[in-house]
Amino acid sequence: MSTNHHAAHADDHHHESGHAHGTFSSYMLGFVLSVVLTAIPFWLVMSGALPSKQVTALVIMAFAVVQIVVHMIYFLHMNTTSENGWTMMALIFTIVMVVIALSGSLWVMSHLNSNMMPMHQMSGMK
Amino acid sequence: MTVAVNPSQTGEPVFYLADEHPHPEGWSTSLGFWIYLMSDCLIFAILFATFGVLGGNYAAGPAPKDLFDLDLVAVNTSMLLLSSITYGFAMLTMQQNKVAQTQVWLAITGLFGLAFIGIELTEFAHMIHEGATPQRSAFLSAFFTLVGTHGLHVSCGLIWLVTLMVQVGKFGLIEANRRRLMCLSMFWHFLDVVWIGVFTFVYLLGVLR
Repeated sequence: MSTNHHAAHADDHHHESGHAHGTFSSYMLGFVLSVVLTAIPFWLVMSGALPSKQVTALVIMAFAVVQIVVHMIYFLHMNTTSENGWTMMALIFTIVMVVIALSGSLWVMSHLNSNMMPMHQMSGMK
Repeated sequence: MTVAVNPSQTGEPVFYLADEHPHPEGWSTSLGFWIYLMSDCLIFAILFATFGVLGGNYAAGPAPKDLFDLDLVAVNTSMLLLSSITYGFAMLTMQQNKVAQTQVWLAITGLFGLAFIGIELTEFAHMIHEGATPQRSAFLSAFFTLVGTHGLHVSCGLIWLVTLMVQVGKFGLIEANRRRLMCLSMFWHFLDVVWIGVFTFVYLLGVLR
């Protein structure tokens, strides 16, 4: 039984550590997507192609999110099955923490900023 | 699996070791390293939050528009992206057991990484020369902390890369070295992911402001 178990485990291990197994085509696809997803935001900002700054900002943030997902899939080989799903669990937990920390900090600090200083003084600070 | 099922007729203590079973060396390394990367991610999240809060406080000093040269940032970004794909090629040749080719791709990755650090340090030196030091304004403190921490990570990655090249040169692509190369691969690609956040939120949105 012990040997069986060991063999089964070693087999599991092989699948689990199959974390970094990409193929040439998957790496190239990820690379081409990344180049496109990097070039477009740079071009948008440098050429000022979109008339509104708010729209440009939203568009480049959307490109960043898509590119992060592309890197996660094609370079970091994220999937729901590696390590029995624990890498995905850790990632989801981290994303929740990051969203709370980022949105919470920006929200609270912007309120503090606007409540603790007269507006004209604040605009002077900026 | 050792299960002590000997009833304690002799009065000796009985240990139940049902949970103890052997694991191959390094079986938990990739998950552990992933969790380290996630904790690193939290460090960067806090630095991004700090930059988000302080990034608009120029203290009548220089603003992103006056300081950032987007052409240079674009070159820098492509250096890091190229180093990512060449590291990918190193991993592919490693899987085919080609030691020499793996070393070549690792060396190319290292050169791109070195170019990235070189360009970044040039940019920092230029800014400091113009008086845009970390002490100048809250924006610059946050900027140097965030971008500097990323640069420090890349520098550590480079030291690690050289160490692993020496290791592979000495011992070949043994199981332990494969595991280490895989960890560095995760680290390197993770730094590229962080850089996406940096060039978007610090440089592009900074210039847009």
